[in-house]
Amino acid sequence: MRIVVDLNRCLGYAQCVPLAPDVLRLKGDEALQYDPNPDDKHRLHVLRAAASCPVQAILVDHLDAAERKP
Amino acid sequence: MSDSVSATPKTLDAFRTSGRIVIVGASLAGLRAAEALRTAGFGGHLTIVGDERDEPYDRPPLSKQVLAGWVPADHTKLPRRRAVDAEWRLGVAATGLDREAKVVRLANGDVLPFDRLLIATGVRSRQWPNPEEAALDGVYTLRTSIDAARLQNALAAGPKRVLIIGAGFIGSEVASVCRDLGLEVTVAERAAAPLAGALGGVIGAIAAEIQREHGVDLRTGVGVSALEGDAAGHVRRARLSDGTTLEVDVVLASLGSIRNIEWLEGAGLAAGFWGVGCDAGCRAFDINGVVTDNIFVAGDIARAPHVLFEYQFLSMEHWDNAVLGAEIAAHNMVSDETRRRPHLLLPGFWSGQFGINIKSVGVPSFGDEILLTQGSFKSRRFAAAYGRRGRIVGAVTFDYGKWLQFYGGQIAQSGPFPPAAGGFDRPADAMPQPADFPARGVPTGAPDVVLTGHDPNERSAEYRPRGR
Repeated sequence: MRIVVDLNRCLGYAQCVPLAPDVLRLKGDEALQYDPNPDDKHRLHVLRAAASCPVQAILVDHLDAAERKP
Repeated sequence: MSDSVSATPKTLDAFRTSGRIVIVGASLAGLRAAEALRTAGFGGHLTIVGDERDEPYDRPPLSKQVLAGWVPADHTKLPRRRAVDAEWRLGVAATGLDREAKVVRLANGDVLPFDRLLIATGVRSRQWPNPEEAALDGVYTLRTSIDAARLQNALAAGPKRVLIIGAGFIGSEVASVCRDLGLEVTVAERAAAPLAGALGGVIGAIAAEIQREHGVDLRTGVGVSALEGDAAGHVRRARLSDGTTLEVDVVLASLGSIRNIEWLEGAGLAAGFWGVGCDAGCRAFDINGVVTDNIFVAGDIARAPHVLFEYQFLSMEHWDNAVLGAEIAAHNMVSDETRRRPHLLLPGFWSGQFGINIKSVGVPSFGDEILLTQGSFKSRRFAAAYGRRGRIVGAVTFDYGKWLQFYGGQIAQSGPFPPAAGGFDRPADAMPQPADFPARGVPTGAPDVVLTGHDPNERSAEYRPRGR
């Protein structure tokens, strides 16, 4: 799956981190780092993390491969 | 025009239904523009041209989690907001624009007719200026996912010392990754401090302290005179302008970027080393500074007048400038002139380095004074505001990002400097001081122009004469 976090918008509340710790991490106190193309097995966790973001900074791709062509 | 390869549809409705749009540039701006065109109801033929083979991917992770070895270099593909139903021409560069014939020429000889064109070709890394030295194994630049894959490989091999030439954001972020990986790293910067071009010398001095605390061998006020290779053509030594010599295995030239305008040569647009001049509605200017009707510009390559900064032409190599500029350009490409929107971005960027989240809003380098407004420099947690002629024009935070919007609001309202301070953790005795940017041109008059409208789509400029 694919995600991108708008890090201008992200304020470092880090609500997302415990919900998908394999995908989203804090580096230091405030800087979010993430895996932009995590394995699909994390999908549910990532969706929960995206929903939890107070500023809705996490964009998740809902397209399938054919719609995404190339 | 009667011989035009593609006859322009007579009405806007016909264009929206069956016209041809070509987007040159298949990165963040190009992708988001394509999505916005379809969302706006464009039903015609859409072609996206990109010189890289990869589909659109995100670049900010390359200098951070990719180099650190956590995320593979080809795993930063951008999520899609919707299907774009486009003809993708990836791995082939655009080589020319003929505005009379309304065609884009490609490196493989193909010719793409268009009714409207979006220029989103962005920038590339500035290479090490000596071509023979630049060609040595172990000498890198960092812009593309291929660059990142190569540099990550080199760092993972455990070099004895990495040399980073240039301490801007990329160079500083890579130095941070090197220290996380336990690598010895030297950073050579011609200016007096890291990040000085973007944030000034006061903040640069703090960035320098942070680098040294984390074990970076930071050398300021020096250049690199020469790189030397061994018999196998691998870089082994660097000679610095102060006469010292370093034994190095990996060199990163992080010398800033160059705009990809060469393919526009002869097209008669306002295109040069500064980018492609355009109006605030993303319409390109021709070489005389007259606005064109069918050519639009977005992303790093665009350079437009900004109402908040004395209408100076600004190019903003920022992530949200690519996203929001692309959306405005797309909207205006399929709208008549009464419905056009301005791209009035309040610029912002971020950088993660040495465990600190650096964020900025406005244009700090437009200011000449800086004031610590919250926190303390010593604790490395603070907010500081930049001012010019009694107005706040920018702000920076180190691990203080929750307050950035507070300052952004004041910048958008052309608020006073020194600014109204945040209500929390205010330093008792801070005074404005010179921000210590590298020298610039002569300042001009300062009109009071503010952004109005809550939603970005509703933003417009309003003139407020001084003295009322």
